[in-house]
Amino acid sequence: MDKNILRNRILTLVSLIFLFFFLYLAKHYTSEYVLRILNNTAIFITLAVSYNLINGITGQFSLEPNAFVAIGAYTSALLTLTPAEKELSFIIKPLIWPLNSISLPFLPSLIIAGIVTAFFGFLMGFPVFRVRGDYLAIVTLGFGEVVRVVANNLQSITNGPLGLKGLAPYTNIWWTWGFCVFTVGFIVMLVNSSFGRAMKAIREDEMAAEASGINAFRHKMMAFTISAFFEGVAGGMLAHLITTISPTLFTFFLTFNLLIIIVAGGLGSTTGAIIGAVLFSVGGELLRAVEEPMDIGPLHIPGVPGMRMVIFSIILILLMLFARSGIMGRKEFSWDWLINKIRGLKR
Amino acid sequence: MSFFEIKNLVMRFGGLVAVDDFYLSLAKGELVGLIGPNGAGKTTVFNMITGVYTPTEGHIIFQGEEIQGKKSHEITAMGIARTFQNIRLFNDLSVLENVMIAYHCRIKSNFLQAVFRFPIYLKEEKKMVNGAKDLLEQLDLIDFAYEKASALPYGQQRKLEIARALATHPKLLLLDEPAAGMNPNETEELMKLIQTIRKDFDLTIFLIEHDMKFVMGICERIKVLDYGKTIAEGSPEDIQDNPKVIEAYLGERKYA
Repeated sequence: MDKNILRNRILTLVSLIFLFFFLYLAKHYTSEYVLRILNNTAIFITLAVSYNLINGITGQFSLEPNAFVAIGAYTSALLTLTPAEKELSFIIKPLIWPLNSISLPFLPSLIIAGIVTAFFGFLMGFPVFRVRGDYLAIVTLGFGEVVRVVANNLQSITNGPLGLKGLAPYTNIWWTWGFCVFTVGFIVMLVNSSFGRAMKAIREDEMAAEASGINAFRHKMMAFTISAFFEGVAGGMLAHLITTISPTLFTFFLTFNLLIIIVAGGLGSTTGAIIGAVLFSVGGELLRAVEEPMDIGPLHIPGVPGMRMVIFSIILILLMLFARSGIMGRKEFSWDWLINKIRGLKR
Repeated sequence: MSFFEIKNLVMRFGGLVAVDDFYLSLAKGELVGLIGPNGAGKTTVFNMITGVYTPTEGHIIFQGEEIQGKKSHEITAMGIARTFQNIRLFNDLSVLENVMIAYHCRIKSNFLQAVFRFPIYLKEEKKMVNGAKDLLEQLDLIDFAYEKASALPYGQQRKLEIARALATHPKLLLLDEPAAGMNPNETEELMKLIQTIRKDFDLTIFLIEHDMKFVMGICERIKVLDYGKTIAEGSPEDIQDNPKVIEAYLGERKYA
């Protein structure tokens, strides 16, 4: 038993080292375009895994990640911009004090962005978790819209529809993948702890969980706040990756994409969330090929923009028809599983 | 002061009086049954005791403390555990995890200590595993420890629900139709099990049951509920001969 645990730890460590080398090679020998996809992938894994904590593990169907990403993005952007840049950007209404005179390095900005988002999540949790099921989805959806509308109108903080421009491109693959690995590790450890068990119990049967002494409200809040923290930090990374943010970036469409990722991967499976995020960000790019003009023999097909989305939809429909619980279902990857598979193949 | 006491308990749902002026007093270690035709309000009484419903009126006093209106998990933590009429297990989790969840309410470490696997958390986790395994052993469920709860046969699922309730360290155990859907052999076994856990865990038991052989065979005292009202109370023998009870179950004599 103990031998297996040691073996699994070594395997995990080795694969992390492999990941490191892979990223190192990618950074030095590939194009800006590939790096962009890698960055996006890491951010989407972070978002999907933390979103899955509340939707899949705790079973509270909520639709607010775009709000958390927006709060994180704006908070970190307002902290890293220099006072001079802020003065230049805020042409309609000046930025309020003290935000107009501070400028912090990237790391503290990200951490503060995470904490601020977690705090918003915490406050939001009080009204939100008074309802369940479909109502919860609607209320959180409403909150997501509220945040976007506020960002659009609170000009003295967010610069309104003009957004924030000229952010320093701090985000690189070390930041995104480093944080991605941390997030996945954190969530996996949480899910496999007594607290994660309690969250799953709430998903399975809230009444029975309460009767077993579990404070359902407290654990829902915990899952919600933790997922808000990680989504906030990921938002900060996203902002410094694309260097320009505006409210249109954080519409419901972002939430919708994440929802597709975790449902396609398998609601309640962290492994599934990762697979879903990779397929979404890498697959989305690979499918660009279908939008190019094509010649199949004598047949000439002009490029159709949006063709990707058609194929995406077909894939989703197929998933719904043939794999109702997603790619992974609720199963998780484990080294034991892989080794058993390999042994099985040898036989 | 008795161990557990209910006074003038009333539950109204709009115009419907589900439970009317319910009273009960349990001494420590007693085994009391609650019977009545379908829809008499028995489960509503349980739901009020365990905090699922807040009673419209009345008092529920457990070990000298009023508990009506408290939250379910608080009441469980005070020492009242229950099982459900239609089994409610955590289906997708293993049998062992189902029982371990009941230990979670007494965990001292916080979630960060759990995530980063502090020694204090690992010690608690180990205690949970060992406690749950002991309990499964005691109830002959240990062979299923790593099976999914939903994969258990029906009778074992009932037993697992009792195991989970016991894991919260209750002083008062509420069983909602524990023998429902069981064959005579299984019922016989369940009776023995209830007698054993009552002794081993020093429990007071209050149960709802339709199986008359079961109720008459195991309960020391029985309360009969009909349309929310208590119509009879006493020893199994008294209840069997009580004309009001016969009427409630079989209808009035002239139609019989």
